[in-house]
Amino acid sequence: MKLAIDRKFVPLMVTIGLFILLYIYGIVQYKGFSSPQVFLNLLIDNAFLLITSIGMTFVIISGGIDLSVGAIIAFTTVFSAFLLETMGWSPAIVIPLVLLIGVGQGAIVGGLIHYFKVQPFIVTLASMFFFRGMCFVISTDAITINNEFYRAVALLRIPIYGKAFISVNVVIFLVVLVAAMYLAHLTRFGRTIYAIGGNEQSALLMGLPVARTKILVYTLNGFCSALAGVVFSIYMLSGYGLNTVGLELEAIASVVIGGTLLTGGVGYVIGTVFGVLIQGLIQTTIMFQGTLSSWWTKIVIGLLTLFFIGLQSVFASANRSRMAARTQKQAPSPAADAGLAANAAKQ
Amino acid sequence: MTPSKSWWERLRHSSLFWPVLVLALVMGFNLIFTPNFFQLEVKDGHLFGSLVDVLNRGSPLMLLALGMTMVIATGGVDLSVGAVIAICGATAAVLIGHTTDVTNTPLPLVIIITLGVAILCGLWNGLLVSRGNIQPMVATLVLMVAGRGIAQLITDGQIITIYYPPFFFIGGGYLLGLPFPLFIVVAVFFFAWLLTRRTAIGLFVESVGTNASSSFYSGINEKNIKLLVYVFCSFCAGIGGLIISSNVKSADANNAGLWTELDAILAVVIGGTLMTGGRFSLAGSVIGALLIQSVTTTIYAFGVPPEVVQVVKAMVVLVVVLLYSEPVKLGLDKLAKRKEVQL
Repeated sequence: MKLAIDRKFVPLMVTIGLFILLYIYGIVQYKGFSSPQVFLNLLIDNAFLLITSIGMTFVIISGGIDLSVGAIIAFTTVFSAFLLETMGWSPAIVIPLVLLIGVGQGAIVGGLIHYFKVQPFIVTLASMFFFRGMCFVISTDAITINNEFYRAVALLRIPIYGKAFISVNVVIFLVVLVAAMYLAHLTRFGRTIYAIGGNEQSALLMGLPVARTKILVYTLNGFCSALAGVVFSIYMLSGYGLNTVGLELEAIASVVIGGTLLTGGVGYVIGTVFGVLIQGLIQTTIMFQGTLSSWWTKIVIGLLTLFFIGLQSVFASANRSRMAARTQKQAPSPAADAGLAANAAKQ
Repeated sequence: MTPSKSWWERLRHSSLFWPVLVLALVMGFNLIFTPNFFQLEVKDGHLFGSLVDVLNRGSPLMLLALGMTMVIATGGVDLSVGAVIAICGATAAVLIGHTTDVTNTPLPLVIIITLGVAILCGLWNGLLVSRGNIQPMVATLVLMVAGRGIAQLITDGQIITIYYPPFFFIGGGYLLGLPFPLFIVVAVFFFAWLLTRRTAIGLFVESVGTNASSSFYSGINEKNIKLLVYVFCSFCAGIGGLIISSNVKSADANNAGLWTELDAILAVVIGGTLMTGGRFSLAGSVIGALLIQSVTTTIYAFGVPPEVVQVVKAMVVLVVVLLYSEPVKLGLDKLAKRKEVQL
């Protein structure tokens, strides 16, 4: 039994191991890579992606997908910039308002998915189009944020030790991370998400609150992406409808690299964090390398995603053959074999 | 008015009912509110007008929708078509080179190589899905992310402008007074129709989409069927890439075909093919593509900022998808039954 538990963590270990290897490679290869600030910059530059990827992890563990996160982030930046600058509203109203919009869209999307049995893919696609469009309805140009509060937060450096520092955004991310890990692993809500991702039908038959949980998962993700939007507007100090185009795919790739199965039911929040950090590290390495063009990042990330998917299917088939061996030992009936083969073919 | 009930019932349950109805609504809206929408004129022997424009601009989307229909019918999805468009546009542009009026490679060879590259992309996707047993969404996500990088690699990060007029015929030429891309669409549609409705392949595709393992046990080579649909989808995207790059006379690795995968999926869904796979309708997808394009053109005709198109698209999609959803269908059926009782 102990072995089985270890096996569960293997994809996660591979991700973390790869991150460490890449980091060591950077330190050996490039001068200045070992500075702690390089690592902290990974967090500072990717705080918004980390936050939204954490929300995405929950959605994917529940067996769904959300393609609207990039658009929600862009919309949040544009809408906050518009309210702050053009309307002159106070951040004390603007931030709760945009977070509320994120929560609202998540709840609506979740409701449509659950009650109308529409594929998550399509609903969130529509939501993505809607919010991208709304960005440009509000403003076709980038709006610079000059609000004092936003500027102050953006410029605030929280010293760690020596010269190394983090930003407020990183603190927000850390809070989200701790909350997410608590939610996923230590609450009934978290366990229900895993159960739904494993098999929605059985979750329903077990009497778990499937409807409520599914809607809450999308609501949570809506909140995370709106929060990522706030973080992003603090990071960029501007709002623009073309911000974070294709971010949803980066988020999904991070979740996959982090070892979460896209079929749902298996995955860890912490894996996703390393998934994002690996992508950030690849970018940093390519930057340090200096001669490679930026498009190599895309190719490497694509290949890396493929590698992790391959890894997952290898583990899945190893699990299956182990289970098949066990069943054969217990009950060598042709019916069970046919069932297994059918399952194997399905997967 | 006494329409026979069975006739009405059959019409309402026909797979083309909703898309055609919505398309008719959009056209009706234009008839009333957009002046000259239905006006056609002949200039220099070519047909001009908003309707021709819809057909012409919608042709890459129609092609993509055709390919995507087959993929979705097998229960899969291809997210990489936008990237394939970019790769193919880049390949064609690099092969032609940027000398005025001169091409580095003969045009037929350019087309063959570009489509060959598209087929390679399709093979990659298809092998990952059918032999690697990877979920279609993820398998094609890889090419979607990496594909733009590959396209940039081909163009060396530049936007390549093409100065070779014969190439422009593909996307901007006219034949018999009609835009040439339209003929390509008709040809591909006819080919796909023959392939799926005049051979057993269409049946196999639906069977694989309904239940892949039972298809396997009934002797259908489901792996090769899956491989075939991804290759066909990329092939369609490749033609789309040629049309688009020829139309804009350049290849932009970053923006060519951006978000077209989503449009293509929407077109298929609007056309009545379920995302879960199974029965599909090629004509429905073409109508879906036309619907998306006419909504876009209508909005342009109104002088509304083009960005609003996305908001409207989102609304249309949501309405159509909700109409297709089980609860609404059941509700409508109940409503129809109640009416019958009253009658």
